[in-house]
Amino acid sequence: MSHVPRTRQINHPLLFEQGAPGLSAAALPESDVPAVKRDGVIPKELLADAPPTLAELGELDVVRHYTRLAHRCFSIDANFYPLGSCTMKYNPRINERVAAMPGFAMLHPWQEDEDVQGLLEMLYRLRVWLAEIAGLAEVTLQPAAGAHGEMTGLMIVNAYHRRRGESRPNVVVPDSAHGTNPATCTACGCAQIKIKARDDGRLDLEDLRANVDESTAALMITNPNTVGIFDNQIDRIAEILHAKGAQLYLDGANMNAVLGIVRPGDFGVDVMHYNTHKTFSTPHGGGGPGAGPVAVAEHLRPFLPVPQVVKRDDGTFAWDHDRPQSIGKVRSFFGQIGVLVRAYAYIRANGCDGLKDASEKAVLAANYVAARLKDRYHMPFPPPYAHEFITIPKFGDSKVTETDIAKRLIDHGVHPPTMSWPIHHCLMIEPTETESLASLDHFVSAMLEIADEIENDPQTVRDAPHTTPVGRLDEVGANRKPLVCWRELRTTNGE
Amino acid sequence: MKYTQLTPTQVQSMLKVIGVVTIRDLFSGVRDEHMLDKPLAVPPGISELELLADCQALAGRNRDLTQSVCFLGGGSYDHFVPTLVDHLAMQGEFLTAYTPYQAEASQGVLQAFFEFQTMICRLTGMDVSNASLYEFATAAAEAVTMSLSVTGRNRVLVADNVHPDTRAVIDTYARQRGVEVAVVASKGGVVDEAALAAALDDDVAAVLVQSPNFFGCVERLDRIVPAIRASGALALVSFDPLAGGVLKPPGAFGADIVVGEGQALGIPPQYGGPYLGLLACREEYLRKIPGRVVGVTHDKNGRRGFCLTLQTREQHIRREKATSNVCTNQGLLAMRASVYMAAMGRRGIEKVASMCLDKSHYAAERISAIKGYRLRFAAPFFKEFVVQTDRDVPALLARCRKLGILAGVPLGRFDEQYADCFLVAVTEKRTKTDIDRLCDALGERQ
Repeated sequence: MSHVPRTRQINHPLLFEQGAPGLSAAALPESDVPAVKRDGVIPKELLADAPPTLAELGELDVVRHYTRLAHRCFSIDANFYPLGSCTMKYNPRINERVAAMPGFAMLHPWQEDEDVQGLLEMLYRLRVWLAEIAGLAEVTLQPAAGAHGEMTGLMIVNAYHRRRGESRPNVVVPDSAHGTNPATCTACGCAQIKIKARDDGRLDLEDLRANVDESTAALMITNPNTVGIFDNQIDRIAEILHAKGAQLYLDGANMNAVLGIVRPGDFGVDVMHYNTHKTFSTPHGGGGPGAGPVAVAEHLRPFLPVPQVVKRDDGTFAWDHDRPQSIGKVRSFFGQIGVLVRAYAYIRANGCDGLKDASEKAVLAANYVAARLKDRYHMPFPPPYAHEFITIPKFGDSKVTETDIAKRLIDHGVHPPTMSWPIHHCLMIEPTETESLASLDHFVSAMLEIADEIENDPQTVRDAPHTTPVGRLDEVGANRKPLVCWRELRTTNGE
Repeated sequence: MKYTQLTPTQVQSMLKVIGVVTIRDLFSGVRDEHMLDKPLAVPPGISELELLADCQALAGRNRDLTQSVCFLGGGSYDHFVPTLVDHLAMQGEFLTAYTPYQAEASQGVLQAFFEFQTMICRLTGMDVSNASLYEFATAAAEAVTMSLSVTGRNRVLVADNVHPDTRAVIDTYARQRGVEVAVVASKGGVVDEAALAAALDDDVAAVLVQSPNFFGCVERLDRIVPAIRASGALALVSFDPLAGGVLKPPGAFGADIVVGEGQALGIPPQYGGPYLGLLACREEYLRKIPGRVVGVTHDKNGRRGFCLTLQTREQHIRREKATSNVCTNQGLLAMRASVYMAAMGRRGIEKVASMCLDKSHYAAERISAIKGYRLRFAAPFFKEFVVQTDRDVPALLARCRKLGILAGVPLGRFDEQYADCFLVAVTEKRTKTDIDRLCDALGERQ
């Protein structure tokens, strides 16, 4: 890689390295009321000595700053993004238009129910549809993200057992589970009982039986599992748990493979969460906002969080706070409403036919890409795959790693797949249903080209990426001496 | 409306490459009895035009803030959102990116989040900030968890004038973990410092206070924070970042962890979410912080770059030993707040805060001059305050609504002892005319 002299480096300056004192891009009117004497209304000990040291830029420079930063991001809008387990499908623009309507965006959470009947009806429809898609009895829309949904679901399970006078401190989690599962156990005060999944991510039923007893609150499972295989013994797993009074929790991260094809409630799941930002195409926004609605079976309904949106006998909609066995509130107000509005629009537009078509095409795309790669990339498990699959590259003696391949894909304009999880050295590839055949073929070509490079020119792969504003970053150094808040300005201002 | 783009011919050729005949063959791992044998009971798909009509009809049945004059607050505020926020933060490259695990392909959002962390530090007076949490209530609950881990104690105190949803969520979380939560009483709208002193002992991990609190009153952080810290407990302060335009930030008084709601920073009310949870703390607790954190680093040529850092705290690495289970946070809202703060700048943020202070005091003075109305508390306030009235509050607020004025949040909803009170918030968006209209409506004979 060519050496770039330090003097010519094109770091994009921080906000704090731009502008000049006194500038602002905010055009606010002059106040039309008398100014108060600040220390007349607030004790002077509590008043700031000077305004906070925010950057001071003119309007055009603020526009340029964020436009240039936007150009330094991979996104679904600009790039194929086969990030396994994240379901990076197209985010329809109509959903943005709907969410931005003043009739949704400009509602205040303390407004009276009668002033927000349209929104409440939308939320009510959404919760009914999500229950139907899950094959379960009722859904709460309150959790703020998938992990928050997991926590809510586990709290519901705990409340159910407590109500029955049972102490069940343990939650069984396969070692192939998403990291949020064990972290959620801890957050809910449960002990994690780790069990080893078989290589293909399926559970060994004998091992499960040996680890489930009257102290087991639940098993947390992902199906299709985290290696992209549908576990067809799921109903037997449910039987093993239910025989001991334990609950089956489904992590809904992989629901994009099964919409309208199978329903978790039909094979024994008691409680599950969705990730609207995966399955229902609400934008990821660089890491949120998400929403994590939780669906439960009949016997868990009394424990759902308050408040719940309900339809009254007279056909109006309202928030029901009267649920005496509820776990309580898990979030302020009512949930990630703007996200839920987008999820509603997505499900309404697709309908039952479109959702099923989406899952079928997602599975088709994954199996197609796998079939085209299988001669050059090792597939540890036999097909068919669900909406994603795992491959372990053939590194030979090239010293190339899966990280190198991921970084080299960036040079092809493709966002890297998920790496090194849940199996060492793997890549987890999830194309999603919204890509064109040309886009899938471009990815396959890039992967095949990289396979050639590993054999013929491994150094190019190991030095990748070559086309980004910065080369490979020193993440270890960043951890050792973390600098997470810019301090130069403070020093130069003498503060 | 389908968002797929594979034609029937292409589907056939793809199946051929795979070596199967039908799509059903791809689900051979699913047993027949598990296959759903009927369509989902969800209406069939519709076109964009029909969807727009459907959503417009639903939106049309809501009375939104553009059709009313809004004096509602209580954790969500009708502040001005500069045009730049929607135009810049909602660009497709930010909107449709994932969490920036691949730093080289994500420098834009990483730099923006690093700048966000820095600006939050400056508004709160703290050393370090994470890159966001869900919203203020869960952020406070996460701060409580942090304090247990830092102190090794298991009991927390929460002031009774902290936002009721924050208290509710802390209670929900605490019940799961067997954490004891006790309440510190308020007096005259602010924390009763004598009650606080009496409640502090060697067992207390942390005390959470909010300033400005749920009643809008500004707490004496200059006395409260040192008192909490002197007992060995951590001082957790929930703060309105916009108030940092005129008020000294909690960090200036030695707070250990500052949490808060960033909605005021360029995020529309959206009926309560998505919002922006803030959490900033002293540097010594950096490795206990929940959620994403972005740090500065460099590439092998010495070029500055940014990456997610301290990931060994996080659930995808540390699993059951993680500091929190938080994964997806509120990236896009942090982006909105960043653009807001960049656009406002040092002077703009002071001006907004200053206008809130002036206008709320003008409104308070005028309302309390109306017969039958008085301020419930004498404590200082920033942008909202509690009005007590001789009139029937629900009827009064209903009448104002008919006049197109959302006059306030009735406090009887939260506590029977405040049934004769409502909470009035006045942002920089309210004009003198709006405030005078409110006063006219309140003053009208019933």
